[in-house]
Amino acid sequence: MSSVLYDTPGPRAKQRNVLLSVVFFVLLALLLWWVWQTMDDKGQLRWALWKPFTESQAWTTYLLPGLSNTLKAAALAMVIALPLGAVFGIARLSDHQWVRIPAGAVVEFFRAIPVLLLMLFANAFYDLYTGVSSEQRPLYAVVTGLVLYNASVLAEIVRAGILSLPRGQSEAAMAIGLRKGQTMTNILLPQAVTAMLPAIVSQLVVIVKDTALGGVMIGFTELLNTRGTLAANYGNVIQSFVVVAVIYIVLNFILTSFASWLEKRLRRSKKSTGAVLGADDVEDINAGEVGGTPATGAGGGTI
Amino acid sequence: MFDFLEGYDVLGAFWTTVQLTILSAVGSLIWGTLLAAMRVSPVPLMRGFGTAYVHIVRNIPLTVIIVFTSLGLADIFGVTMGSRDFDVQGFRLAVLGFVAYTAAFVCEAIRSGINTVPLGQAEAARAIGLNFSQTLRLVVLPQAFRSVIGPLANVLIALTKNTTVAAAIGVAEAALVMKEMIENEAQVLLIAAVFAFGFVVLTLPTGLIFGWLSKRLAVKR
Amino acid sequence: MKLRKVTAAAATALVLSLTATACGGDGKSDSADTGSGSGGGDKIKIGIKYDQPGLGLKEPDGSFSGFDVDVATYVAKELGYNEDQIEFVETKSADRENALARGDVKFIAATYSITPERQEKVDFAGPYLLAHQDLLVKADSDITEATDLNGKNLCSVTGSTSAQNVKNDFAPQANLEERSGYSECIAALQSGRVDALTTDDSILAGFAAQEQYKGQFKLAGLKLSNENYGIGVKKGDTETANKINTALEKMVSDKSWNKAVTDNFGPAKYKNEPAPKIGNIVK
Repeated sequence: MSSVLYDTPGPRAKQRNVLLSVVFFVLLALLLWWVWQTMDDKGQLRWALWKPFTESQAWTTYLLPGLSNTLKAAALAMVIALPLGAVFGIARLSDHQWVRIPAGAVVEFFRAIPVLLLMLFANAFYDLYTGVSSEQRPLYAVVTGLVLYNASVLAEIVRAGILSLPRGQSEAAMAIGLRKGQTMTNILLPQAVTAMLPAIVSQLVVIVKDTALGGVMIGFTELLNTRGTLAANYGNVIQSFVVVAVIYIVLNFILTSFASWLEKRLRRSKKSTGAVLGADDVEDINAGEVGGTPATGAGGGTI
Repeated sequence: MFDFLEGYDVLGAFWTTVQLTILSAVGSLIWGTLLAAMRVSPVPLMRGFGTAYVHIVRNIPLTVIIVFTSLGLADIFGVTMGSRDFDVQGFRLAVLGFVAYTAAFVCEAIRSGINTVPLGQAEAARAIGLNFSQTLRLVVLPQAFRSVIGPLANVLIALTKNTTVAAAIGVAEAALVMKEMIENEAQVLLIAAVFAFGFVVLTLPTGLIFGWLSKRLAVKR
Repeated sequence: MKLRKVTAAAATALVLSLTATACGGDGKSDSADTGSGSGGGDKIKIGIKYDQPGLGLKEPDGSFSGFDVDVATYVAKELGYNEDQIEFVETKSADRENALARGDVKFIAATYSITPERQEKVDFAGPYLLAHQDLLVKADSDITEATDLNGKNLCSVTGSTSAQNVKNDFAPQANLEERSGYSECIAALQSGRVDALTTDDSILAGFAAQEQYKGQFKLAGLKLSNENYGIGVKKGDTETANKINTALEKMVSDKSWNKAVTDNFGPAKYKNEPAPKIGNIVK
């Protein structure tokens, strides 16, 4: 689409583009050279600091258990939040005001609050009022915080998924005499779930990223947290950071690629209604759609 | 009932949150627009850089970025942000981290806005002899900005909530003060309610105002 | 219909993979849980630190090392547990009182200084080591006294009392940065961002002796405070506390205490105080 902003370059434009490319390349190279040089000066490039990551023990003792906790928290949060979100999403579409309005209020409330606040609160709550052991508490708190926030986001995804279906679907269902509940469970939901799949996978990326908050702020031993124990052993704070960042990037890149593959696949197929909720829709919902839907406009999210 | 608030600067904490939000919003709007311009530019290298930046930054947890500004930028690269006081430094480093992160989302919002501008607009601009930067500045971006007010407001609301991550490097904003209070006081539910209310107050008007603005300024087509 | 099948398959795959990870994770936590019920499985859970070389450290091979670990192991043996019945649990500073109150761990040996505030919430056995607050500085640094810190940059760990001590009593003009862990503080010291790192000398010595840091740092040798390390037990559990005290006395008398000191502090050249007498808390 963006190519309409400029013509196919002629000789002068080509020259200018080459010049710009060279200038930009030199600037980038200078920046990289400065980064490299500074790290070298500070002794951060010494092989001894990077070597631990080529040995299996750094992975089996610190990073992999951390990563497994990250994935565990993310998976638990998704599995619990999904049905909750479905219930609230459908409740917001109810014909009855006394169902629709409270459900809407709950969803908008939890979308307006930072997930870190929810985690801190859950942590203190479990500490004071329940018998969860202090070993398990951080996991419980992280999952609770993630569920409260993501259930409300998923509720919006479910709602948007159902609304994205053509009106004809529910009209046809009514015409053949299905009741409202039947229309929802037999006609709308199955199609909406298909449309929502890419959006749900994209939401997993948000969840995985948010688990890191629990590691820093409430001592949940996920990837970022076990990095600290690793660095206490090898004395490689920066190096461990780089490695952990790369792990996150690879993990989330796989998830996003999977989501966009799903989205493309669903869009291409002609037999469906063509309604698909993609990653971009998730972004909007995460931050709370403004003005788009009859939502009250509050909300917001960890993008 | 609210005597647990004594001894804590809750309003000051929220003021820090607001300052973090505003400064980061301005910074990420500028950097994000530049990134968007790179992503649609005729120079392949710039396009590649923009794309790579957005994809990498969006996949890193914000927490990692914020902590890295302190452990990486400040320690190794000596970025002190013009202050010796560690509190001021922490605040400015956090803003830097938020700008780096949020700009990726601003860039994507603006790029999608550029895509909503009809082809004919850019073609007409080129037909009357405008070059790339003129087309972008005078014709496409003014229309694009109007249509991205909604998405940008979403980014702003998310940024408001994301500023709580600054607690990870000890910036005394709302989340850090809440953590302190929760650890020392008994009324956990009340404390949580106070801070939740604070964030609803911050994000609700933002949503309403920008929702109204985006409807008012929408390009009629 | 083909699409339905594809999406259904995709959905099933997604759900399966999710549950698989969830189950995998769960299985793991279950196996870790088997020892948690007190008395169940005849295991003993002991709280230590994971990130303090020389005191309590999780080694790359998954084992644990340090003075606290050796003391805890000795005490557990005296209480009638084999080495393979001991399960070490990480108890971060902020979690220690809670973990004891709930009975998550039997006792805690994790650089746990005996203070009046803590004695209100938990009981202590010991002390088993007397440490002092000190400064870690670069080997060529000219900081020799706490007052030298005025106008200098100082690092300590978030929420620690040592940082406040320096700010309140010794060097009010010090510029204090609080970080999440000691290795993060050492990184700042190494890069020159801060001029000193303050906490107990026992902890500092352990870090200074690490392979990567050898010869780079020194302790200023100040005794800014007295830290009496005790073994924390649940409030009111005097039976265990007494047993631990007996064990600690035996550890000193049969020279195991000296051996643990030489093993763990020897490489760090940490000049420790002689073994404290049980119940003798140095103010």
